[in-house]
Amino acid sequence: MLKAEGLWFRYGTHLPWVVREQTLATAPGDVLGLMAPSGYGKTTLGKLLAGYLIPSQGRITLDAQPLPSRGYCPVQIVFQNPELAVNPRWRIDRILREGHPPQLQYLDALGIHSSWMSRYPHELSGGELQRIAIARVLNRHTRYLIADEMTAMLDANTQALIWQVVSAFAQQSGVGIIAISHDQPLLNRICQPQAMIRLNRDQSLKYAPKPTV
Amino acid sequence: MLTIANLSITFTQYDQGLRRKQLAVISDLDLSVQAGELVAVVGASGSGKSLLAHALLGILPANAQLTGTMEFQGAPLTPERCQALRGSAIALVPQSVGYLDPLMTVGRQVQRVGQLNGLPAGPAKTLMKRTFNRYDLPAQTPRRYPFQLSGGMARRVLVSTAVVTQADLVIADEPTPGLHPDVVTETLNHLRELAQAGRGVILITHDIDAALQVADRVAVFYAGTTVEIAAAQDFGTGNLRHPYTQALWRSLPQNEFVAVSGNQPSPENLPPGCLFSDRCPQVTTECHQARPEFRFVRQGWVRCIHAES
Ligand code: SF4
Repeated sequence: MLKAEGLWFRYGTHLPWVVREQTLATAPGDVLGLMAPSGYGKTTLGKLLAGYLIPSQGRITLDAQPLPSRGYCPVQIVFQNPELAVNPRWRIDRILREGHPPQLQYLDALGIHSSWMSRYPHELSGGELQRIAIARVLNRHTRYLIADEMTAMLDANTQALIWQVVSAFAQQSGVGIIAISHDQPLLNRICQPQAMIRLNRDQSLKYAPKPTV
Repeated sequence: MLTIANLSITFTQYDQGLRRKQLAVISDLDLSVQAGELVAVVGASGSGKSLLAHALLGILPANAQLTGTMEFQGAPLTPERCQALRGSAIALVPQSVGYLDPLMTVGRQVQRVGQLNGLPAGPAKTLMKRTFNRYDLPAQTPRRYPFQLSGGMARRVLVSTAVVTQADLVIADEPTPGLHPDVVTETLNHLRELAQAGRGVILITHDIDAALQVADRVAVFYAGTTVEIAAAQDFGTGNLRHPYTQALWRSLPQNEFVAVSGNQPSPENLPPGCLFSDRCPQVTTECHQARPEFRFVRQGWVRCIHAES
């Protein structure tokens, strides 16, 4: 289980709370959908869960243990814009080899072409680069994946292709997914109806969907 | 108002050995926009949609060569004319507040756009206030800096920058990704109003769903070419003509959510025949012979030799 309990976060002691009293949990192989208006703090919540930020209060546990503070984080996050997630001065093959090399079958399934390997990030289109960012986390050290508007910048065909691959990976490897999106039809496709959370402004989660065993 | 026919854009690049490479980033692109019409340009990233906007605004890099025709209000659109018309007769609704000056209040910025369009300071200020008012922006908005705007307010300010120009042709480049559905609908409605007021509007987007909410016609781009121009209602009624458009429609989560595998061909490696031939479920040997012509089929335009009337 990936669990967040009573999370609070703000960027500084004099600044307003961005995340207030959030509690949620998800299990291996589950897909939890999260829909909320902008300004609600979803991206911050995702960064907390992936260990990018440290909560001001509350705690995050993976199988009852705190997230490791060093090395590869078993909770990985993929954002809407891949440009921010890769080193612009590295060639694609180096970007892919940093950390744990992805399995070949996923590179193929994502339509990643071998000719991209010698290029730099700015030489790929946004959709191509996003596939690289995703391929990077599809390895056996990833246990949970936070997909923060992961396909919001992509055309419908590329979106369907990516979710096909990511869902198959999650099924096979027992990886849990938290999908943050504004796209109701997309969430209807990828989540169980009981695992969808829709929030209004000023509402906190305090919600833990029933784990499927 | 705007007619683009057989437009091609080629970049000349030098690789490490100083060999010249020609990259055909756009080939045989067609598009037309009438006054009062909203045309959506839909396609994947790398399909040429943003380059088209750059061409219309006259901001292509110096190593780009254009061939084919671009006409605006009856006269050819040369790069010089594009630059002269930019911000007056042809205006851009920018993608994000990142395009605004972070150090100037949004009121001053929008007023300045009016002044650059020939209005004296007083009337430009009045126009800015009237426009903000019309978009229900709170009275103190003119004094705000870009970073102080919420997502929805920022969209309205960005649309305002195009409205105060009085431009005949408005281009909105990806105005909606990652926005809440209510803000998306609001932004699209503003573009629709611009068309209703008699302007021509080009909505560039990867989001078919958004496009179909407001567009009269949809031009589908693939690998730098226009593969189809369809009426918006052709999508829902199954009157699509090109296999790529059909695949794009099927891949929406509210439809079948299935994808065709593979990628757009890269500009370095374009096939001699149909640009979609390596992924097309209906491909035949004839498809590899030559680039399909743009044909008028069932009241729409299509670049596929097997599209039937
Ligand atoms: S010309 Fe042939 S390959 Fe191209 S879209 Fe038509 S059927 Fe498919």
